Amino acid sequence: MHLYNLTLQPPTAITQAIVGNFSGARQQEIIVSRGTRLELLRPDVQTGKVSTVIASDVFGSIRSLAAFRLTGGTKDYAIVGSDSGRIVILDYDPKTSSFVKVHQETFGKSGARRIVPGQYLAADPKGRAVMISGMEKAKLVYILNRDTAANLTISSPLEAHKNNAIIHHTVGLDVGFENPMFAALEVDYSESDQDPTGEAFNAAEKMLTYYELDLGLNHVVRKWSEPTDPRANLLVQVPGGQLASSDRYDGPSVMHKMKGAFFFLLQSEEGDLYKVTIEHEEQEVKAVKIKYFDTVPVASSLCILKSGFLFVASEFGNQLRPIFCCRTMLFTLSPYSYLYQFQKLGDDDNEPEFSSTDYPSYGMADPTMPLPRAYFRPRPLDNLTLVDEQESMDPVIDSKVMNLLPNSDTPQIFAACGRGARSTFRTLRHGLDVEEVVSSELPGIPNAVWTTKIRADDEFDSYIILSFVNGTLVLSIGETIEEIQDTGFLSSAPTLAVQQIGPDALLQVHPSGIRHVLADRRVNEWAAPEGKTIVCATTNKRQVVVALSSAELVYFELDLDGQLNEYQDRKAMGSTVLALSIAEVPEGRQRTPFLAVGCEDQTVRIVSLDPDTTLETISLQALTAPPSAICIADMLDAGLNKTQQTTFVNIGLQNGVLLRTVLDPVTGQLTDTRTRFLGTRPIRLVRVMIQRNPGILALSSRSWLNYTYQNLMHFTPLIFENLDYAWSFSAELCPEGLIGISGSTLRIFQIPRLGTKLKQDAIPLSYTPRKFVSHPQNGYFYIIEADHRVMGETAAKQQIEQLRQGGKKIDEDVLDLPPEQFGRPKAPAGTWASCIRVIDPVASKTISVIELDNNEAAFSVAVVSFAAKNGELHLVVGTAQDTFLAPRSCTSGFLRTYRFIDDGRNLEFLHKTETNDVPLAVLGFQGRLVAGVGKSLRLYDMGKKKLLRKVENKSFSSAIVTLNTQGSRILVGDMQDSVSFAVYKAPENRLLVFADDSQPRWTTATTMIDYNTVAASDRFGNVFVNRLDAKISDQVDDDPTGAGILHEKGVLAGAPHKTAMIAHFHVETS
Amino acid sequence: MSSELRYTANTQLEHLHARYTGTGHADLTKYEWLTHQHRDTLASIVGHPTLTSYLAIADGEAIGRVKFEMTERMLQPCGPPPAKDD
Repeated sequence: MHLYNLTLQPPTAITQAIVGNFSGARQQEIIVSRGTRLELLRPDVQTGKVSTVIASDVFGSIRSLAAFRLTGGTKDYAIVGSDSGRIVILDYDPKTSSFVKVHQETFGKSGARRIVPGQYLAADPKGRAVMISGMEKAKLVYILNRDTAANLTISSPLEAHKNNAIIHHTVGLDVGFENPMFAALEVDYSESDQDPTGEAFNAAEKMLTYYELDLGLNHVVRKWSEPTDPRANLLVQVPGGQLASSDRYDGPSVMHKMKGAFFFLLQSEEGDLYKVTIEHEEQEVKAVKIKYFDTVPVASSLCILKSGFLFVASEFGNQLRPIFCCRTMLFTLSPYSYLYQFQKLGDDDNEPEFSSTDYPSYGMADPTMPLPRAYFRPRPLDNLTLVDEQESMDPVIDSKVMNLLPNSDTPQIFAACGRGARSTFRTLRHGLDVEEVVSSELPGIPNAVWTTKIRADDEFDSYIILSFVNGTLVLSIGETIEEIQDTGFLSSAPTLAVQQIGPDALLQVHPSGIRHVLADRRVNEWAAPEGKTIVCATTNKRQVVVALSSAELVYFELDLDGQLNEYQDRKAMGSTVLALSIAEVPEGRQRTPFLAVGCEDQTVRIVSLDPDTTLETISLQALTAPPSAICIADMLDAGLNKTQQTTFVNIGLQNGVLLRTVLDPVTGQLTDTRTRFLGTRPIRLVRVMIQRNPGILALSSRSWLNYTYQNLMHFTPLIFENLDYAWSFSAELCPEGLIGISGSTLRIFQIPRLGTKLKQDAIPLSYTPRKFVSHPQNGYFYIIEADHRVMGETAAKQQIEQLRQGGKKIDEDVLDLPPEQFGRPKAPAGTWASCIRVIDPVASKTISVIELDNNEAAFSVAVVSFAAKNGELHLVVGTAQDTFLAPRSCTSGFLRTYRFIDDGRNLEFLHKTETNDVPLAVLGFQGRLVAGVGKSLRLYDMGKKKLLRKVENKSFSSAIVTLNTQGSRILVGDMQDSVSFAVYKAPENRLLVFADDSQPRWTTATTMIDYNTVAASDRFGNVFVNRLDAKISDQVDDDPTGAGILHEKGVLAGAPHKTAMIAHFHVETS
Repeated sequence: MSSELRYTANTQLEHLHARYTGTGHADLTKYEWLTHQHRDTLASIVGHPTLTSYLAIADGEAIGRVKFEMTERMLQPCGPPPAKDD
């Protein structure tokens, strides 16, 4: 068995970001690592919008990134530390828009190992050397230089290892042009490993060690070492300073740094940004000052851009990274990143400032003692303003694939994403988001619409032409759109084609002829022969082909005087022509040499328009149904041809199937046919311009757009009303729009986010979502949310009330800060905030919320139909009070039972049943409830005052986290011990485990593929499929009492039978 | 001197053991083995961004905090060593 996987959405969580002039242009760019993917982002200095320039999969896990620039250079390079045991230097090539691997030096084994470097990267500010280090011991220094041809060179590695030292951070010091110097924050464990009394452990010092690269001797020496704060965790390089100045930040905070014009921004784990300045006289540091700056979401990286922007790559929030894999391979999604603009630098506000001179010995009198607390007051953004936000779903904690939205022929993905107060519930639909600019009702139902310029060099379109069954309407586009007469177009007949032709003429094809409207409004008319009408037409700037009702083709070409000349012969096709298409005239050419003709006899023929072989058939393709539309377009698809556009012949059939074939530009042969079903209606094809590149709009019962984005071809449905016809639309207000008709409505719209495949709609949640279930009948979702280390609303209110009564002054402004931005105040471990929420996914809103009190947190949820209540549906929520995670404990677990009222819009509390451990999984099973309570699997039935325990199996090793069922079989996912198969034997009331896995797996999610097969994922990012032997399955099912299983001997200290792993796949970003 | 180095009388082996921290040998004590295991695991968690974010979500902590605490724990993951008999 093999798994086919398709990434629906690439990872969006940013693990690290670096800033530099990677393209060598004046503008600064940002390279972000999304775990397994590198992306180059370019912020627009004017608008502040961040756009992705390129994204490139690295097929490995990126652990660190650094930027450096060779002395005197204008271009930055990126260094990547990964799990490959290699150091890689990348150069962004703006010409090909790709990352070019300049150097790749192997130094160790692959894998994110303890002593293999790759975890930390520190570059010399002058770009002369880079230090790459592991978690322990290993530090390698590479010298970077130029050769005579100005190419970047890299030396062999120099070792700066220190045995038994755990490395916390490294940084390159700014030493000017003296020997490059690196600082590392290290702890030596050799003594604490040997001391049974634990004294050495307590006395272990965190050392700040300086390593100097002696460029003359080509050697790294340990310069000196000094103890620092034992909780120090980050080093920041101080610019322009001397060797000794390396900043240390103590306390229980995770800091991030960025240097601008000699100030630092550090962020704490609460999201507060602090501005740190250094007062100095020459090279003598006088004081380090710190003050509160602003609060932004907790970031994995901060980047200050010279143009005054702060890029915040947030840890979680809105970028997506699914944590629990779900059935569809929607694996890699990640956190929002934000772009803020500096309004001011906090120089002249009243924020209290704390200086190191206020403390004895600058706060270093005793590094082991914490400094006295300093207080500040968080407030809404003052120094920064939010400019742009990039969506992210990271982390996706639970998801379901269902088709709930009305009028949708494809299912949607519902995902519970995010963390804490910034969590969201998202609906993902396959398709491009469409933004309607204007829509207006028309007097009748038109069957086609065109827009046209008047002159070839006009910037915008001037006319909208609508064709009705018995006439044509021309609208002019100005400040308003209004009807216009005397344009030279025939208004008493429908229109077949409109074209701006030559430098300044217009062309209208109608059933009885062709009107060539010259610039001075003179009209040259070509009339169709007596008794024949034109059935279809195709045009470009120089050529016109029409098909007559007699199945003849007539070819016209514009001559150098701007006259339309008919080719002397007509070509009889022998079968009614249904569709015609020619491509645009290639640049610098007189004509396009190929015409595609679709005939009623289910063929498409390529006919030559070359002067030597005019109207000769070149090739023929048979179809499965009569064609309804053809469209030839030259589009760039780097998958087929990186350097030039490929000519595609798109053939829409009457049965809704689209064929795409490649037209050989030399021979005219059709090759490489791809088919795709678009919808139930005959297809119409329109060539449109999408961001100045040709694209194709395919209209059926859904509208699809085929376009090129970042050199790759995309084919995506539009999330919009069905369109009957469409055309490009370009006016001052909407330069890149499209115009379409649906019924009698004219709609002008644009596509704001090209390149996306999924459209997201989000509903905000209060806490981290844990699980959700859907009601089988009314389609509502019931979500349980729980946040650790956060106080619930009622508990927080009580505490504040207590403080008030105790005479403490409460700052109301701080209480009212929005939690989405500031987070909720941290509480000690074992404190939980939790709620149950009812969501209507169709209306996309929250219907009701039940907050849990008494420090209870919800961990599992199921909709259960109890046979004891005549199959009435109930919601059972597994909760626990005062839960600690490691080691797992709680004062009591509960199974809360709710009845659905108001058609499921609300929940009525019935009763709660105490359990001795946390119920991490619940599920409806044969009119009862099966629950995984800690290590035991239990069956409960409905009682009057609580649920009644019927049977229990306590043979599981750690904790039951997932449950699935089919028939009387229950699949149990254990936290550390993979998936076991259990069976319930009703006659004897026995719950028996009969098969398990031979491998320990840290299960996170499971689903049954069939009765004997389970697909599951573990926390290390593996997806695997286990199957039970069909013989064993039958044997177990045939045993009425389960006595056979009960007395069978266990294998490998487990169940008597083992499942076999039949497929395995590692999803890089789990 | 740790039992690790005592065992490696052979200079080549000694060199290898010094080079590849965490390599076991016949005289490895349970405590040493366990400490190696834990340090390897902790380093692996810090080195895999997905694992740190997994733990951070479960525990309601920032990713940076999880990384820091894991690195701190590498100093002595399994408590002090057992007292020696001799």
